[in-house]
Amino acid sequence: MLVNTLFVIAGILLVLAIISITDSFLQIEAKKSGIDTAKENFSLFPKLGEFFGPPVPENIDKSKYHVLTKGHDIKLTGEASGNVVSVQSSRYSVKPTNYRGIAPIPKMLVAEGEEVLAGDALFYDKLNPDIKFVSPVSGEVVEIGRGAKRAIENIVILADKEIKHRKFDAPKIGEASREDVKAFMMESGVWTSISRRPFDTIAKPEETPRDIFISTFNSAPLALDQNKVVSGHESYFQKGIDVLASLTDGKVYLGVESSNLKNSTAFTSAQNAEVHYFKGKHPAGNVGIQIHHIKPIKSADVVWTLKVQDVITIGKLFSEGVYDSSKLVALTGSELDNPRIVRVSSGASVAELLKSETLNADKRIIAGSVLGGNQLSPDSFIDAKTDQLTVIKEGNYHEMFGWLLPIKPRPSVSKTFPNFLFPSHKFEVDTNTHGEKRAFVMTGQYESMLPMDIYPQHLMKAIMAGDFERMEGLGINELSEEDLALCEFACTSKMPLQQILRDGLDMMQEQS
Amino acid sequence: MGLLDFLKRIEPDKKEKPFLHTAYDAFFTFAYSPDSTTKGGVHIRDGMDLKRTMVHVVLAMQLCYLFGTYNIGHQHFDAMGMYPGFLEGFHLKLSHGLIKMLPIFIWTHVVGLGIEFWFAYKKGHAVEEGFLVSGALIPLIMPPDIPIWILCVAVAFAVIIGKEAFGGTGMNIWNVALLARVFVFFAYPTTISGDNVWVSGFADATGAISMNPGSLTDYSWWHTGLFNGLFDWMGLDQFTSGAVVDGYSGATPLALAYQGGWEGVTSKFSASQLWWGAIPGSIGETSKPLILLGAAFLLFTKIASWRIMLSMLIGAISMSMLLNLWGATPFMDVPWYYQFYLGSFFFAMAFMATDPVTAASTNKGKWIYGFLIGFIGMIVRVLNPAYPEGWMLAILFLNTFAALIDHFVLETNMKKRLANA
Repeated sequence: MLVNTLFVIAGILLVLAIISITDSFLQIEAKKSGIDTAKENFSLFPKLGEFFGPPVPENIDKSKYHVLTKGHDIKLTGEASGNVVSVQSSRYSVKPTNYRGIAPIPKMLVAEGEEVLAGDALFYDKLNPDIKFVSPVSGEVVEIGRGAKRAIENIVILADKEIKHRKFDAPKIGEASREDVKAFMMESGVWTSISRRPFDTIAKPEETPRDIFISTFNSAPLALDQNKVVSGHESYFQKGIDVLASLTDGKVYLGVESSNLKNSTAFTSAQNAEVHYFKGKHPAGNVGIQIHHIKPIKSADVVWTLKVQDVITIGKLFSEGVYDSSKLVALTGSELDNPRIVRVSSGASVAELLKSETLNADKRIIAGSVLGGNQLSPDSFIDAKTDQLTVIKEGNYHEMFGWLLPIKPRPSVSKTFPNFLFPSHKFEVDTNTHGEKRAFVMTGQYESMLPMDIYPQHLMKAIMAGDFERMEGLGINELSEEDLALCEFACTSKMPLQQILRDGLDMMQEQS
Repeated sequence: MGLLDFLKRIEPDKKEKPFLHTAYDAFFTFAYSPDSTTKGGVHIRDGMDLKRTMVHVVLAMQLCYLFGTYNIGHQHFDAMGMYPGFLEGFHLKLSHGLIKMLPIFIWTHVVGLGIEFWFAYKKGHAVEEGFLVSGALIPLIMPPDIPIWILCVAVAFAVIIGKEAFGGTGMNIWNVALLARVFVFFAYPTTISGDNVWVSGFADATGAISMNPGSLTDYSWWHTGLFNGLFDWMGLDQFTSGAVVDGYSGATPLALAYQGGWEGVTSKFSASQLWWGAIPGSIGETSKPLILLGAAFLLFTKIASWRIMLSMLIGAISMSMLLNLWGATPFMDVPWYYQFYLGSFFFAMAFMATDPVTAASTNKGKWIYGFLIGFIGMIVRVLNPAYPEGWMLAILFLNTFAALIDHFVLETNMKKRLANA
């Protein structure tokens, strides 16, 4: 028995040896004939890389091409389509509480009834008096709403028909000092669009970032196509990058989607920046993920991140001397009759944006994608960061044996649903939790949703335990809520991961 | 929606009847998924929840339940030399299996769920699903003739000390089902070990469970009253009292292997019999193909970790190869591939080691954890003189060290980040 087995094994080895020698001869022969064997595979066996999708495109440096295998794309109905339409809202608002990390009661610079221009300062943060928060449009300040303890809730502006801009005298990049450029950006209001990591808060004036990162694609469900954002504004985008490059001793990095053939050349051939390509599912478009793969944040590092729209706004300010808050907003979601993309100024009224739609209490309006962002009431306003509104159904219903025999299709990363058989199916979703909150039970689930070398579950436990050393060691400084959103979606125990992470980040911030 | 309205109407008051409300809540959320919506954070949630996860593990065990129940009957008649073909006397074997299996299953759940409900009521939270899986696993790893009171004490111990003392589902350190088994193993060694307990339904002259030749069948009213009446009416064979035939021993293949190596095993069982599982043993662990089907289901749905299963297999193979090289006892000389025909390796691999709560929780840690279970379990199986099987002890041992393994994996991760600074 044993002897027979050995003979069989020996026989197999012999055959393999013959094949392998033949294979070597083939390649030697190919080399002799002057064929580049490094490029063309003449071996009998496929190379390992050939199993994993197309190889790195030839014109891209391998070290700048990142393939992310983890994550999940949630496909939903209600994608915005059609041409961009410019719309106007009669009332606009700025909400101090939308800015993370500023003191609760900012110092007002205007009073009710005053006329302002687009770009005029409305208020400043008492912790950082230099950073001005400016009016997105011109018009009359009609309301300064105050909440508990006289904290300022929002500042409402009745907009002019024709927006009048405050004229700025922008310093020349390359001639002006870094301090002058910074001061100008703070005065003109564009500074507030710069986020810093760690903590994902407004950048601090006294800091010089190690590098600046910009993601040029958004992989979240139904997200706005950033190529549309930059289309027609390519020169402003380039100007914005030039400005940012003058603010760091490091580099400006652009994260570009590798599989999109329609990538704007403003992204792929940007000057003064290093372009990195990313291939993978959501959250590959998150800037936090891209930083992790380009140059991770280590303990004392500070980096800045911006969105494409913010770069364009900065570029326009430096090119033309005006603060133009207009931007694209994707109106998406299954509950909209007419999902579309509109151009509107920051701070526009939600009710006016969605006035052609029927809204009621059974529909939830989200500032952002279904994976994050605040829930908005129809009488609220979109903030400076928002480039997407999603409207989906509320899910306050009971479902008989919903956990066992779900009747309606629903997105899931689990293969206990037949979803994997229909990879291109678009789901109509609601806000039902599909289960109750439990303790952590499953393991390895978050890791397969987060393409980073981070252990999210252990990080969450460290935050819950208030263990600062572990929090830092396990990489809390690299994360923002949006990076964990997919993990939270997939979580079997229905844990509020984004909330826990923000608690942890707040704790870290207080410590530092 | 009539049922939903009815259920909502009979909801007991939470303040006046808290225990009733806990029980009601458990059954209500079983029948209807809750109407809660997301608040803050993500706005949509995956369709997967813990109930669904757990019920899929239970589903993966159903083939073991079917086979195990029938095999109880088959072994019983085999000991008397009756109906030697596996499917002969089908109705008798099945009904004997059910008579043995159902009380074990029911009592496990009555005791286990009762304690779960009680603790949920005391702590004021919802009844958690953890016991769905533990309760399904426990009957499968018990010998068929286990006295019900021992079973109840073991389940109570496992749930109270092993789980609720640590805070409930998701907090326990040791695998609950294995704790129940290990409790029986250490607390009642004379009742529950040896060769006499793996085939059910016989007692010696004093009435004690026995498998020695000459022991008589120990039929209950269910056999002679209910089922015999039924079979009489249907014109089928009935239960008749009999005795264990001369020369029969209830020894499990592992016991035979310990004494006489592979030859010792094959003198009584054929290799295919071992593989397909028509052998004496714990109820649900004998049929390897059906367990592997369950394992494949768990792997496909990604509920169980393939890393643990694979590394455990590698660990067990490497240790048994080493033991083959050593070869000091007949058991060590059992070829490494035949080790997997014996005992409950696959059951432990598919359902016990992969418990996400008690296993290592980092992906790297899972490799180490699984490998060590396979490695150590094989040592215990082959070298332990008292009891030739090792997975239960190896898994509980590694459960204890899972947190330590994770700690070192996390330390490496942290060091990398802080060292980069």
